Amino acid sequence: MTYTLWILLTASLVGVTCGLVGVFLILRQMAMMADAISHTVLLGIVLAFLITRELQGMHMLIGALLAGLLTAFLVQWLHSLDVQLDASMGIVFTTLFAIGVILISTSVGNAHLDVQHALMGEITFIPWEKTTLPILGEIPKATAMLGFVLFIILFMIILLYKEWKITTFDPLLAASLGIPVLLLHYIFMGMVSLTTVASFDAVGAIMVVAMLITPAASSYLWTDRLPVMLILSPLFGVMSAFLGYFIAAWIDTSISGSMAFATGIIFLISFLFSPKHGLIMKSRQTEQLET
Amino acid sequence: MNVALKVEQLSAAYRKTLVLEDVQFEVEKGSLTGIVGPNGAGKSTLIKSILNLHPPVIGKVSFFGEPLKNVKRRISYVPQRGSVDWDFPTNALDVVLMGLYGQIGWFRRPSRKHRMLALEALEKMGMTEYADRQINQLSGGQQQRVFLARALVQNADIYFMDEPLAGVDATTEKKIMETLNELKKQGKTVLVVHHDLQTVEDYFDHVLLLNRTVIAHGKTEEIFHEQNIERAYGGKLHIFRRGEENVLTLQ
Amino acid sequence: MEANCIFFEGVRKMSLLFSSNLQWVMFSTMILGIAAGAIGCLSYFRRQNLLSDALAHAALPGVVVAFLLIGEKNMLVLIAGAAGSALVGAFFIQWITTSSRIKEDTAMGMILSIFYGAGIMLLTVANRTAGGNQSGLDTFIFGQAASMVRHDVITMAVLALVVIAIVTLAYKEWKIFLFDPEFANGIGLSIKGMNILYTLLLVTTIVIGIQAVGVILMAAMMIIPAVSSRYWTQNFGRMLILSSLFGGLSGVFGTLISALGKGWPTGPFVILVSACFFLFSLFFGKEKGLLVVYWKRKGQWKKLRTASPDVTPLMTKGVK
Repeated sequence: MTYTLWILLTASLVGVTCGLVGVFLILRQMAMMADAISHTVLLGIVLAFLITRELQGMHMLIGALLAGLLTAFLVQWLHSLDVQLDASMGIVFTTLFAIGVILISTSVGNAHLDVQHALMGEITFIPWEKTTLPILGEIPKATAMLGFVLFIILFMIILLYKEWKITTFDPLLAASLGIPVLLLHYIFMGMVSLTTVASFDAVGAIMVVAMLITPAASSYLWTDRLPVMLILSPLFGVMSAFLGYFIAAWIDTSISGSMAFATGIIFLISFLFSPKHGLIMKSRQTEQLET
Repeated sequence: MNVALKVEQLSAAYRKTLVLEDVQFEVEKGSLTGIVGPNGAGKSTLIKSILNLHPPVIGKVSFFGEPLKNVKRRISYVPQRGSVDWDFPTNALDVVLMGLYGQIGWFRRPSRKHRMLALEALEKMGMTEYADRQINQLSGGQQQRVFLARALVQNADIYFMDEPLAGVDATTEKKIMETLNELKKQGKTVLVVHHDLQTVEDYFDHVLLLNRTVIAHGKTEEIFHEQNIERAYGGKLHIFRRGEENVLTLQ
Repeated sequence: MEANCIFFEGVRKMSLLFSSNLQWVMFSTMILGIAAGAIGCLSYFRRQNLLSDALAHAALPGVVVAFLLIGEKNMLVLIAGAAGSALVGAFFIQWITTSSRIKEDTAMGMILSIFYGAGIMLLTVANRTAGGNQSGLDTFIFGQAASMVRHDVITMAVLALVVIAIVTLAYKEWKIFLFDPEFANGIGLSIKGMNILYTLLLVTTIVIGIQAVGVILMAAMMIIPAVSSRYWTQNFGRMLILSSLFGGLSGVFGTLISALGKGWPTGPFVILVSACFFLFSLFFGKEKGLLVVYWKRKGQWKKLRTASPDVTPLMTKGVK
């Protein structure tokens, strides 16, 4: 596999994984939770590093998972005390993130550089750090981790598909049927955490948010059916990855930034031109109304 | 000038649907009009469109012969109770005072005189002892009385109220209707979106039957009869008489 | 080589800090905290707490563009760029939310990450073309109150004072706008106008704050003090005052603590202090603080008990 192909493959894996998780994220109106978790996983990674003294994949995943779950738990706790949901998120994630930054700057080293790296990622380094897997041979660590996480996500979505569906659209009904709504919420937050940290190395924290939210939002404008969304969204994610890469190569700039921007381009196109919900269609309908 | 409100060819839309179509009517000064119609008939939208809170697609509205912007001080609007932020830290007196903000003007604080006016309005609604109570600690009926007091303190000439009697207890309902009749006696004009067909004849001297467009409008005794009501409710309603009383059933 | 440079930088900063520079920095974070606390109260009731986070991120491309156009780090110009970019972001969020089925949280998340991504794209380009000059940009983005010069502090303070003044002067207009916008509209208050004013104040506060505490932590300044003040009063005016107080104090103490260490960033410590205020308010706040509610309930329970000793404990559970 060539250098470029590894990058594209890794980015596509990010696009697919985030695209899948993103669909439920926006339907459950938890988009900002993704933003929150993408910041607090930093704390998880730092703690994992401080405890194990190494930046290994598995440890990062676990650290991130725990941090994400902690975030979700604290947000729920505050919200149950009558603090507005988004205020709860704001308080929790900023404080945890602040703790993370303090830990980095006081014990690890230069705050700026390390935080910057964690937040922005650098996909260009991915193909160099390889690991050897059975069957597949030598593949980059980050790619392997992403593949692993994608597998988990797919498994969870398929296994609990109807539970996701009902708890997303009618949590009260789900609860009345005995479905453990809160447990599923935490499981979902765990999935978001895993996706976030696996994508970190590739595209960095902020861009993960773009990949999680935007392709799903774009797909929401093209269809009213959940299964279709679950196909379109990962597709848009992959398209963003490719588009972003080529823009970055063309202008010679940050690949992750370009990919995030590319998700925006696809969204804009969907926003304007979608036959079902696009703006152009809607303005035509209003004209018909007025005549 | 006997016409308090004149509405001509009013149409309003929400997203892609027309919710009001070619609404036309005139309201006499000093009348107490009930606006009734089935769910989704556009009653709330009608008031909002008249007051330009929900811009109409087309139509002309005049108050005492003038356009809206000239007479804002003479109008009072009591929105539906649901549109308020109940979490907001404010007490009953404060809410009533808000009715005077238009008169107090930008950057100025309410004076003692304004406080007195607000207290008087609360008293008229029987809510004096609740003046410093947080609004989220009041019952539905008490809250509605506070909003009525807020409307009263504005000392307007024409009042628009959106379902003021919805979800209030019997005492409050009686109190509110007393107040509205008091307003009528003072020569004010009152329009009320009302939800309960049973009480229309007792409460209002004029009725506007609405279902996307005006089905009928005029004096209650003249137009509020089975035919018109059934037309407004699209045949989903049947009215039976038991002696002198109307007993209404929905299909 | 890197490590040495950083070390000396840190030492240099330290010696600077214990001069009058520390006072300037504390003053700037204090006044920023006051403004953020005030605006935070407004955001709280608009239910737009995280909007400041989204807009803070959206400010990045504007900063870089402004820098690329001017070629040097001019505070006022960078602020203008940040503000412009944030306003465009705010506009997009509004537009998307009102004209499609996309909900507000999704729109915020998109604008946040897409704009920031675009900003990073531009920043990478800027880093290449501008050379050494762009180090100023970085502090602007991540916040380093300690490295602000006197001139910058004054600019920030003036803007913050303007924000505070507008919130105070139009106090009752804000009140009615937040409590009952439909009624406010009815009596002639332009809701559109208030919305625009609010957005302008929000963006201004965000933009002057991001160079003190950084993009990511600016949101915290606008959320935590406001929520904390909720636990001490049920009066909007007092909330505003308390929130500003908490914000200002967090700024002062946070800066002081951060000055204790070599090259410690100010932002996180300010946030930590305000989080402490929050936890304290959460438990001990006069109005709804957890311990206070617990004690009150215990008192009621005692009363109930003495009134009728047969009342079982179960009856007081679940009472809010």
